[in-house]
Amino acid sequence: MKRALPFGLRSENLLSLGALVVLFVLSAIASPYFLQVQNLLNILKQVSYSGIIGLGMAFVIIGGGIDLSVGSMTAFIGAIAILVVNALGGGASAIAAAWGAALAIGILAGFFNGILITKGRVAPFIVTLGTMAMFRSLTLYIGNAGQFVSQSDLYGNMGMSSVLGIPTVVWVFFVLAFLLSGLLNRTRYGRYTCAVGSNEKVARYSAISVDWIRLFTYVLTGAMVAVTGVMLSSRLNSMNSSNGAVNFEMDAIAAVVIGGTPMTGGRGTIWGVVIGAIILGMINNMLNMLSVSAYLQGTVKGLVIIAAVFIQRGSAKAARA
Amino acid sequence: MTSRETAEVLVRTRGIVKEFSSVRVLDSISVEIRKGEILGIIGENGAGKSTFIKILSGIHEPTAGTIEFDGHAVELKDAAAAKRIGVSLIPQEFNLVATLKVYENIFLGAELRGRSGLLDRKAMIERTRELMRELDADADPLASIGSLSVAQKQMVEIAKAIKAECRLLIMDEPTTVLTGREIDILFGLMRRLKEKGVTIVYISHKLKEVKTICDRVMVLRDGAFICLEEASALGTDEMARRMVGRELSQIFPQKKAAEGEVALAVEGLAVEGLLHDVSFSLRAGEILGFAGLIGAGRTELAESIMGVRRISGGKIWVEGRERRIRKPGDAVVAGIAYLSEDRQGAGILTAFSMYANVTLVSLASYARPLIAHARELEKTRFYVDRFEIKAPSIDARLENLSGGNQQKVSLAKSLDTQPRVLIVDEPTRGVDVKAKSDIYAFIRALADSGIAVMFISSELEEIIGMCGRVIVMREGRAVGELSGDRINEEEIMYYATGIKGGSAR
Repeated sequence: MKRALPFGLRSENLLSLGALVVLFVLSAIASPYFLQVQNLLNILKQVSYSGIIGLGMAFVIIGGGIDLSVGSMTAFIGAIAILVVNALGGGASAIAAAWGAALAIGILAGFFNGILITKGRVAPFIVTLGTMAMFRSLTLYIGNAGQFVSQSDLYGNMGMSSVLGIPTVVWVFFVLAFLLSGLLNRTRYGRYTCAVGSNEKVARYSAISVDWIRLFTYVLTGAMVAVTGVMLSSRLNSMNSSNGAVNFEMDAIAAVVIGGTPMTGGRGTIWGVVIGAIILGMINNMLNMLSVSAYLQGTVKGLVIIAAVFIQRGSAKAARA
Repeated sequence: MTSRETAEVLVRTRGIVKEFSSVRVLDSISVEIRKGEILGIIGENGAGKSTFIKILSGIHEPTAGTIEFDGHAVELKDAAAAKRIGVSLIPQEFNLVATLKVYENIFLGAELRGRSGLLDRKAMIERTRELMRELDADADPLASIGSLSVAQKQMVEIAKAIKAECRLLIMDEPTTVLTGREIDILFGLMRRLKEKGVTIVYISHKLKEVKTICDRVMVLRDGAFICLEEASALGTDEMARRMVGRELSQIFPQKKAAEGEVALAVEGLAVEGLLHDVSFSLRAGEILGFAGLIGAGRTELAESIMGVRRISGGKIWVEGRERRIRKPGDAVVAGIAYLSEDRQGAGILTAFSMYANVTLVSLASYARPLIAHARELEKTRFYVDRFEIKAPSIDARLENLSGGNQQKVSLAKSLDTQPRVLIVDEPTRGVDVKAKSDIYAFIRALADSGIAVMFISSELEEIIGMCGRVIVMREGRAVGELSGDRINEEEIMYYATGIKGGSAR
């Protein structure tokens, strides 16, 4: 059964898209402020940071892995970016250098994760649990457990900027989603990633370089972390070494899962990550508007993640029977 | 082969119907299974054999119909309910936990406990030892499952089934993974169980075995009951005819002499501890058989030519050019393709669509750099037509296809790289009669088109029927080469078992 859907959406997106619509309607009913343009843009902006990481995370999960290090890595890269901006005088060239440094570190960090997992044969959960601790500790050490503050107004302006009235980070999120959706669905790399996650042995017998495919999912995630690290630290024009980008790994994984990519790997959807991220943002927004305690919001988020997997499993079974 | 007019009935089914999402896979099956008999069930893939036994063992509930067990109507809600009345199923894929020990597996979910409420390991080990003795099997109760041979694992499954009172034992294709000798042991065991009054339902594709071991044979076709007769009254040809529902013209295609250039030459190939100094050459258009017992090193040979295993010595030439093959990608570039014996484990992605499987190895030729999806579909349709693949749709997941059709997709996948050399490893394993003869014909046609074929099989019948020349392997060595009239069962077994061809090592 094949349906042509616009914008590169696929039939597996329909479930999460339906949830998004229901949630949208409920929120609109629950609060008159919800539908205000500024509120909607705020939601999009808020979810874009961890959402961008989720795009890379989707590849990791589809390939049969997991990356827990992304939150600490975001803080680390954001901090380094600020140090570079400050060291080079805060001008446009300093910002360009910060971008370069961030991407280089992100790619290297992803490579480090990936090489330990593929060539070192250590479980992804363990490797990235270790690097998660390492990046946070390095950030705390360099920043002396304090705040990295940028001295460049230009850097801060970049983070707060908008294009055509829509925050830059939202554009970045959508453009990257478009590109990576193409990578997943239209290229050999994407097909191979699914194959590796679906059955590693079959992939190997089919002349696919399993290790390189898998390694690159972590490199790609590292690059996405770099983008988020720069965008986030420039928006705040600072980065807190202890609680900057904390829990981003959870938000990124949640967006992937809520979007319809199974944790077992083998298949997945990039637009689903966008939908998943927005669902999470809308739930947060609604809880805020209904003035539910911030401390309780984590409980709701947790329940939503579990419910999402539960519902998907049910629908997958129905589709197979 | 006793015909007991007054035999007591253990199970009586009346009008069993099963539908999956309104597709009828079993149509009104009414049958009586007698106490203490071995009843064979045969039929093509998709005939409904598996569904029928799953209903008997409580895994599926029938859509309509009733089951009587020992004269009482029973409702088998789940496998546990069936187990309680003494029905045990030994599935095709073993249900054992590889990391647990033999006795732990046997008592999994039914552990014996001492007075203290803690596990009574001693009693369980002792009982396992008794069971193993009863079965005449040699598995150590304390060995871990992972270390056992396939035949031993099966014994453990059987022990697990008969440890509690077992009145009906259902075996789903138990012999596919066994060697000839192991099959003899299994049959001996089945006869002993039968003497003890256990009723056995036996599913198999191997008609000779069905004829040998079964008292009566039931034939199913397309979900419908065809006949139930004394095994002694039914020849294997007749069984095949009733399964397929038409005359099977000559199952093997005509052999042809190969006069092409040498396509593959292997010299002194060795893999540490597995292969020793294997040399042979293979001509374009030739089908070269590789016979031997399980574990003789045939699959290892294929895997090392394919670059899956690291070779420790030897050279490989493809069409006269020496090739260094270190990974499967090198073999594909060299023009070699491999159809794995382990279809679902190494051959195809069951969660992938048909087209994504077909182009998995050859994807580079569709990507520039975006995948040309239309061409993928077009090529897949070509194979669907050529191999008569039956599938719900072109993007159906392979898990929805029967074994025979999955194997055809696997073959298409191997061929889509345009290989010069095709290695097929147990190409008809778990495939029904019709698909078998299709696959034989396709392989013959491929050879005729100039492809050199390495034909690895444990079924002597197909080695003899397909190959113009046969290499027999034993313990990692090529111990004999046969051609012409010398390709027969006795000669092959002489070499395979070491009566001829010198003692190994």
